[in-house]
Amino acid sequence: MKSKFMVLLSLVALTLLGSCNNGSSKKKSQGALSGNVAERVFVAPGEHDEFYGFISGGFSGQLSVYGLPSGRLFKVIPVFSVDAEKAYGFNEETKPMLMTSHGFIPWDDSHHPDLSQTEGVIDGRWCFINANNTPRIARIDLTTFETAEIIEIPNSAGNHSSSFVTENTEYVVAGTRFGVPVPQRDMPIEEYKGNFKGALTFIKVDQETGNMDIAFQILMPGFNYDLAHPGRGKSHGWFFFSTYNTEEANTLLEVNASQNDKDFIAAINWKKIEEYVANGGGKKMPTRYAHNIYSDDTHSATSTMKTEILTVEPTDVPGAIFFLPTPKSPHGCDVDPTGEYIIGNGKLAAALTAHSFTKMLDAIENKKFDGEAYGIPILNYDDVVAGVVQQPGLGPLHTEFDGRGNAYTTFFISSEVVKWKLGTWEVVDRKPTYYSVGHLMIPGGNSRKPWGKYLVAMNKITKDRYLPTGPELCQSAQLYDISGDKMELLLDFPTVGEPHYAAGAPADLIAPNSKKFYKLGENNHPYKTLSEKEARVERKGNEVHIYMTTIRSHFSPDNIEGIKVGDKVYFHVTNLEQDFDVPHGISMIGANTSELLIMPGQTETFVWEPKQPGVWPFYCTDFCSALHQEMQGYVRVSPKGSDVPLKWSLDGE
Amino acid sequence: MKTSRIIMIVSAALLLLLFVFPIWNITLEAPQYPDPIGMDIWINKLTDAEPGDIQNINLMNHYVGMKPIPETMPEFAIFPKVIIGMTILGIILGLIGRYKLYLVWFVVMAALGAAGLYDFYLWEYDYGHNLNPKAAIKFVDEDGNPMAYQPPLIGNEQILNFKARSWPREGSLFLALAMFGSLAAFYVAKKEHTAQARE
Repeated sequence: MKSKFMVLLSLVALTLLGSCNNGSSKKKSQGALSGNVAERVFVAPGEHDEFYGFISGGFSGQLSVYGLPSGRLFKVIPVFSVDAEKAYGFNEETKPMLMTSHGFIPWDDSHHPDLSQTEGVIDGRWCFINANNTPRIARIDLTTFETAEIIEIPNSAGNHSSSFVTENTEYVVAGTRFGVPVPQRDMPIEEYKGNFKGALTFIKVDQETGNMDIAFQILMPGFNYDLAHPGRGKSHGWFFFSTYNTEEANTLLEVNASQNDKDFIAAINWKKIEEYVANGGGKKMPTRYAHNIYSDDTHSATSTMKTEILTVEPTDVPGAIFFLPTPKSPHGCDVDPTGEYIIGNGKLAAALTAHSFTKMLDAIENKKFDGEAYGIPILNYDDVVAGVVQQPGLGPLHTEFDGRGNAYTTFFISSEVVKWKLGTWEVVDRKPTYYSVGHLMIPGGNSRKPWGKYLVAMNKITKDRYLPTGPELCQSAQLYDISGDKMELLLDFPTVGEPHYAAGAPADLIAPNSKKFYKLGENNHPYKTLSEKEARVERKGNEVHIYMTTIRSHFSPDNIEGIKVGDKVYFHVTNLEQDFDVPHGISMIGANTSELLIMPGQTETFVWEPKQPGVWPFYCTDFCSALHQEMQGYVRVSPKGSDVPLKWSLDGE
Repeated sequence: MKTSRIIMIVSAALLLLLFVFPIWNITLEAPQYPDPIGMDIWINKLTDAEPGDIQNINLMNHYVGMKPIPETMPEFAIFPKVIIGMTILGIILGLIGRYKLYLVWFVVMAALGAAGLYDFYLWEYDYGHNLNPKAAIKFVDEDGNPMAYQPPLIGNEQILNFKARSWPREGSLFLALAMFGSLAAFYVAKKEHTAQARE
């Protein structure tokens, strides 16, 4: 019996091996045919990539910046998690960025970056990204590549159908994944159905400053809102949200939320709601949410707690919200560049559904309804569907477009990217991914103007694709060339955290605006020190403020005496450099915080509370010059109550 | 008014453009400075070619003990007076119209220009040779003598890892035009004079 089993097993193994061999020889022959795969991702030393890729850091909470096609990592922008390397969330200036109504939170889960647009075309001003766990939206300034603003989203939980921008960046949208009581209150969980709400939040973006402000929040039925996409072109003014758990289950969702054959895509006419709100509609609700803004003027962030939000009940705005029945827990909800097709990626289905915007408008006008849910009309499925891609793969997740009439969909269960044609709904190509692909990204592929040259597929697991690193392996992205009829896999590259989604743009849209350094003359930090002459130490009770400067290659002052145990010592360090790429760092032995990494013209602050008398050194942590190693200093700490006078100097002066 | 007089007056007035344009530029190029760092020299000031450049030149130079580039020099008080003086003088000469004096103006201006250039050379020499004995880095040349870091008066020169470029800028062009103009005024006036004499 056992031996039979072994034979069977080896047969299976052989078959697998055989198929593996087939696979790899096929891969090789493809490689021989195309021949120059390496060349096409090779960016010669000193040369620049053609595209920027902004890839979400998933459970790292950050946003990483890659070059494409090389797959080289340039920067990890700290957004929702502290970053000791950059002192983000550690220095006094950035701590307010991570404040929420729940207090300071050092971590989150970042999911879906989206770039600002003008007339439906990516404009390279800002990148938005959502925090999934404690709902927030961040705005990253693409001149500094730093997080400029974070706004918390109240009445939301699992901020997943976020952060997608409308065609002119009028709004960034944040939809809740969890249905929750609104406002939050103590109630039995099993009373979820009919009582919980699903908040969809529209955040207005100031076109000059980029500053965000919650305009209104639609209190939808308590379904789970998974992903979203704004209308484009003809469907501009509408927003589409995919839903799952229309069953409104509150336990064992993997079964109980997968019972309905069809869930919904919610179509929201936000222009109509905007108008309703402008005419005094909506209800103000007390709440609490933090709004954090970083200023390049003061090089500091402020956190403001807001206490009110404008809510809208769907039934109060008739004709603004409709449900499009869509098979099996749709994940991605993607609108093609013309704005006509709304693709529902039913992740538990074997088919892809494309709704027609034109047919949707017609169904609304002629009231082709198939019942309603909580007073919201459900449109008749057959009257809105434009077409179905039959048997494209298993578990469709997300679709983007190349601007040439093709759509590309990821299939999680069958680990592949499938290319198909809009309008004819025929599959034209498929390529495996390694493995279990989530989202994909074509630069501009979710806008009116895709740059359809590359496609980046983002994988959830990598298994054997790289050298192993113990039980925890990297996630990865894969780059495909989609300029031809068939897709070609060009490159694998590891990512920081789990890459949920990405946004891409041509480098020449962004690179020319990248800031080189901050002008010292424009530094309005309250503790700035603009020259070595102004460097000093001031005592206020047990608080000591050190106004320190850095310039190649010394601190001023670099000898400080008169500090006592029990003091709270603030190092306010200004980098006097005015040159590209000359940051200085500083770290103090025993300080219970991170280093500072100070860009030219910036001021940053860390706090040190010395616990023992002694002479304690500090040094520059960022290699700044040939004499970087000499960039160091001492602080003398005397016992509590000692009368050593406060004294500071550089070179004895 | 006679053409020669107009030429003389316009030429003298051209000198005022020295307040609008720099006369010289020194630029330093090195691989780690993909955007070269440079300094513009005016008759009354030194300015960054790009913001922060002078500070960055000083930062680099202090390692080998070179003095910081001065924020001001006695010359910055003298040169503007000289230029304004010569402009007024030139205009007066043009108004008077005694053309032989145009030649005198030219010679004086040329002498002053040469003196300015010599002064510039002296400053450069001192700047490149007179080094802080406490310098962190001390290089010697092939003969074992301390390296000098004097930038070229005019032209390009490799100094350690830097290529130093020293070339005139628009101000010098207008200075040359003014001088050339005064010569032209002289010759035109001379022609006008002989033509008048023939009549």
